[in-house]
Parts: sequence; structure tokens; C-alpha cells
Amino acid sequence: MGLLDTEFTQDSIVLTNVDDLLNWARLSSLWQVGFGLACCAIEMMATSASHYDFDRFGVIPRPSPRQSDVIIISGTVTLKMALRVKRLYEQMPDPKYVISMGSCSNCGGPYWEHGYHVLKGVDRVIPVDVYVPGCPPRPEALLEGLLKLQEKIKKESMVKKTV
Amino acid sequence: MLKTEQMVLNMGPQHPSTHGVLRLELELDGEVINSVTPHIGYLHRCFEKHCEAMTYPQIIPYVDRMDYLAAMYNEFGFALAVERLMDIKVPERVEYIRVIMGELQRIASHLVAVGTYGLDIGAFTPFLYCFRDREKILTLFEMTCGARLLYNYIWIGGLSHDIHPDFIRYTKEFIDYFKPNLKELNDLLTYNKIFIDRTANVGILPLETAINYGVTGPNLRASGLRWDLRLDDPYSIYDKFEFDIPVGQGWHGTIGDCWDRYYIRILEMEESLKILEQAIAQIPEGDISSAIPKRVKPPEGQIYTRVENPRGELGYFIISKGQLQPHRVKVRAPSFVSLSVLNELCKGHLVADVVAILGSIDIVLGEIDR
Amino acid sequence: MKSAQDIFEILKEKFPEEVISITTGKPKEDIIDIHPLSINKISFFLRDSEVLLFDNLILLSGVDNADGKKKTLPDGSFEYENNTLSVFYHVESTSLKHKITLRVTVPVDKPEVESVSEIWMCADWHEREAFDMIGINFLNHPNLIRILMPYDWEYGYPLRKDYKNPEFYAGMKVS
Repeated sequence: MGLLDTEFTQDSIVLTNVDDLLNWARLSSLWQVGFGLACCAIEMMATSASHYDFDRFGVIPRPSPRQSDVIIISGTVTLKMALRVKRLYEQMPDPKYVISMGSCSNCGGPYWEHGYHVLKGVDRVIPVDVYVPGCPPRPEALLEGLLKLQEKIKKESMVKKTV
Repeated sequence: MLKTEQMVLNMGPQHPSTHGVLRLELELDGEVINSVTPHIGYLHRCFEKHCEAMTYPQIIPYVDRMDYLAAMYNEFGFALAVERLMDIKVPERVEYIRVIMGELQRIASHLVAVGTYGLDIGAFTPFLYCFRDREKILTLFEMTCGARLLYNYIWIGGLSHDIHPDFIRYTKEFIDYFKPNLKELNDLLTYNKIFIDRTANVGILPLETAINYGVTGPNLRASGLRWDLRLDDPYSIYDKFEFDIPVGQGWHGTIGDCWDRYYIRILEMEESLKILEQAIAQIPEGDISSAIPKRVKPPEGQIYTRVENPRGELGYFIISKGQLQPHRVKVRAPSFVSLSVLNELCKGHLVADVVAILGSIDIVLGEIDR
Repeated sequence: MKSAQDIFEILKEKFPEEVISITTGKPKEDIIDIHPLSINKISFFLRDSEVLLFDNLILLSGVDNADGKKKTLPDGSFEYENNTLSVFYHVESTSLKHKITLRVTVPVDKPEVESVSEIWMCADWHEREAFDMIGINFLNHPNLIRILMPYDWEYGYPLRKDYKNPEFYAGMKVS
């Protein structure tokens, strides 16, 4: 991006285009829905706690989907929960992103074969941007997933899309 | 005439302090709770169906995913149940390692319980402190079996690996590191005036109700009964260690209130440290895989085996028909039973207290729904 | 502290009709068989009798015995004829420290068992779970509805051995 890596003196002007500026602003403060589903939620908590510190990427858990940019589907989505997950996703304001964390929400994971009450992949109800594999993924893997999402946002062009 | 009617308030499944995907339906009279109806099943992952389709060793990874905060202890219980069914005697070194892992897991689990309880009540800092210490335990586990959260470490008849040569040294270092941190945690949260005001005399669970509802573990002990399966129905080698069983005494209010349930967990961590110290000092040398059976095929019969999980009595009821797969595995989940008493605890309290009460019984939804 | 045999004899003396038999010798637990429609009477006695004092129901589990005749259907699936279902009760006394396993067995066509939720409060949820998973109908239960599966689930009882999963639920593909 190269926006803030040079020293600014008084009355400096930064030249950039709107896409870059908006994307930079958005990817640097991805607020996530404070929402955990299963085992992966514990790793998500560990990621946002002291040792791994999600905050340094601008990720802050928000209790309400209406104030959030990203939802991390952290764990097994069951049939009973799937409708609620969908509703949560629909409540989020655009632009919104989905990180599917762990094998269960990627594809059903270990519950693939006999899970009569498990949705085999959250992408059957909502669109997913980044899949993070693992059962459960390590916090580093979740951080990597977030970086991948940031890369994706960096390449987006919101202006052209809306015209 | 004023018209009055009850208000129904829905809490969850997405709520920061329901500890997962629990939905509560609160019936309110103003701000006072008339009744609470928990709706569960949002994480029902068909564990018992999987058991019927898998062989016994294959079940162990699924057992981990039930109570994901105490995965080691779940494996411990399941391995113990199958070993009793097959009359396997495991080597002494294995027993010691299991106890060490189990007690480390208990501390890790209680740290999450205590940390998130602070978070529920509105204190963010203890959460960060607790997770900092928990990471140290997870590092020990990772060193042993490579996994942080779900281990597949305790196998039927033995363990998947022996411990790392430096494990004992690191565990000693952890014990020395952790002891002063407990005091720090007490200073931060336990004796905080606001915290005591929010939790003392709230959500009182009388002993008779607790027993009738089948509540076990720290919640039962906080209500005043000295009941711990490690001593009352001894398994493994717990009879070799000296430790106390803390019992609720109503330190800041009534016996069996939220503060008692919280403080019991702090005291239990201390007791676990005592067990750890003794186990580390006594651990014998030996082979860890000598008793692992080539083929796990228990004889026909059924068994109920229970262990003292960090959350209470975790029981496995296994029916075997002499096949490679069990005919039926039913799990007695401590959180399932503890949650069913929620209505009794919440009646007559204010809405804001629901979070305090729910946090104090320390549920894990993965285990409630299975 | 009493052994299973002692408890069986006490029960047999008090309820000669309703207590059927005791199974011993099989690993690892002794089971007392009870008539399904009198389990509540016996449970009251177990809890309140001064020599027994079974104040804690540890676990109530429904089991599909799958002991009927297996019949394969044209589409490859199977079902059982004349199957039976069982309910196991593990009860213990926290003061006298003895425990016992009770069992009732019912045919699958008429799976009716008396509820014990009045006696031990925790049985309320356990019975709902047994109803949800196995399909045992507990008579006089205050609120016998599904607990783990969705309330509108109409595709049968998942833990029965001949359970078939539906293809779709609420517009979502299941398998």
C-alpha cells in the first residue's frame, strides 16, 4: 500500500485513489461478530487473548452483528443453528466477509459421514471468503486466514462495483 | 387499572456470555425473572450415533470434541471405561502421566471458567491473565502430543506417546510460575468489591436441590457437600495423593451462591497443583505402550464408569455386544445436568444476574448437546 | 452400603409383581429389571426408604436393543420387526454410597414408560433426551418435547438402529 511508510511533514499531500484508501481503511479495522460455535471458538478466544493478540490486526469482537464487518464461523454448524447463522449473516451491514474456521464449517469435518444433524459446510447457507483448515486450526492459522482476507480486500474495487 | 403482562426476552443463541450457542427464554415481570427456559441442541453433533459406527479407538477423537475445554479428561474417562470392560491393567507410569495430564487440564479448564466469568461480569483484564497462564499449559500439552486443544493422547490401555524428556522439568517450572499468579488473580478479581457485590448472595443453590437435580462437581461442592469422585469412587491412582476437597462455606454470603462456585474453582486449582507436585516427584520409569491391546473387542456386557471432570461427574455408559463397535454409548454430561437447574437458580433474580449465574455454573455447550 | 443382590431382595419383597428379575454375572454391572409402568412407584420407594435413600439419579439412558428380526427393504436400508427399547436408570445414594442399575424394557410399537421426573428433577431433561433420540414415550412427563433436535423435526428418532436420514431439512441438504 505504501500509505504511511514515509514521514509526513506539515501540509503534506498524499496522493492515492479512492479504492486504495477505502480498502486500506476497511482491512485495518475488521470488526468481527463476537460469536463462537464450538471447539474452534476456544481457539478463536485464545487468538484474541493475550498471547496471540488479534487486536493488533484491528480485529475487535463486537457483540452485535450490526456493527461488524466479518463473521468467523468457528465450529460445527448444525441444522438447528444454520438458520440462525444465516440470519446473523443477513443482519450484518455490507461490505461483509466470512471466514470459515475449521474443518467442520468447511465441509462437516469429522462429522461428515454419520452426522445426521450437522450441516456439511457452512457454504451451503452463506458465502465464504476464506477457509481455514484444521481441527481446530491453530491461532497462527486463523491469523493467516485473516491476512488472506486482508489481501483479498486490498484487491477489491468498491467504486466500480457500485457504479 | 394498570394492565400488566409478562415479557418474554430471548437471549442467544448468539450472545457473548452464553458460553456458546445456548438460547434462553426469559419470562420477565419488569426486571424480575419469573422463569428461564433453556433451549439447547444448537451444537448437537451426533456423538452417540458416531460411537455406534466407529471402533473403540476411533471414538477417542470424538470424545475430545465433546467437552473441548477438558479434552484430556474426557479421553481419560473413556479409556478407563473400556479398560474396565476389558479388564486391562495399565502400567503405573501411564497412570501417573494420565493423572498429571488430567490435573493440568483441570487447571486449564478452570482458568477459562474463571477468566470468562470475569468477562461476563464486566472485568476484561482477568481474562487476559488467565489465557496467558493457560497458554503455558497448552505448551506443555503441545510438547507432549503436538496438539493444543484436542489431543487424542490417552489411548485404551496406554498413551499415544511417552512424555518429552524435558516435560517434568517444564512442568515444575510451570508450577513455580503459576503459584504466585493465583494470588495475583485473587487480587485482581476474587476479592474485588464490585465482583463480590455482583456474585455473593446471587443464584443460591441449596444442597437438597443440587442433589435432587444431580448437580455434581464444583457446583455441588460449593453447595456444601464434600463429594469428589477422586476420593468417593476412586479410580486410577488418586488414592496415592494427598489433597483436600474444598467445600463452599458462604465466605461472602450464603453457601452455594455464585461467589462460592467461583471460589471453589480457584481453590481446586491449588489442590491440583498439590497433586501435580506429588505426581511429578513419584513418577516411575517404564514402558507406556505395553498394555495397549492389538484389537479392542470387549466381551458382551455393559459398564458405567465415571470420573471427576473439571465440570463434575463425567460418566460413560457403554453397552458392548462383543463387537468391534459399541452397541450404545451414552454420556452423562455434567454440564447437561448443571444447566437443567438454571431455572431454579434464576427465579426471582434480576435480568442482569442471569449472566452471573450462567457463568458461575461453567457450562460447555459441546458437552450439553454432544 | 448394600449390594445389588440385597437391594433386589428388598425390592422383591416390597413389590413382588413389579420387580421382575436380576441379571448378575455378566460383566460388569448387575441389572434389576422392572415393569415399565411401575418404575415411578419403585423409584419413590428407592428414594424415600430409609435403608436405601437413593437420592441421586446419575443417568437415564434410552437404548435401542435391536433384537428383532432384521428385514432388508428394497432400497437397501433395513428395519427391525418386533424390536424392543430399554431405559436404564443408574441411581446412587450420596449418603449411603451404594448404587444400582435398573432397566425397563418396552416393545417398539408401544414404548410407554412411567416418568420419574417427579422423583428426581434431573430426569426431566434425561427423559426428554431419551424421547428425542430413541422415541420412548414417558407417561405423565410435564413437558415431553424434543430437546436436542429441532422442535419441528419429523424424520424419526436418530438413535434407533434403523433410522434413515432425510435428504433435506428446511431447504438445506443434509447428507
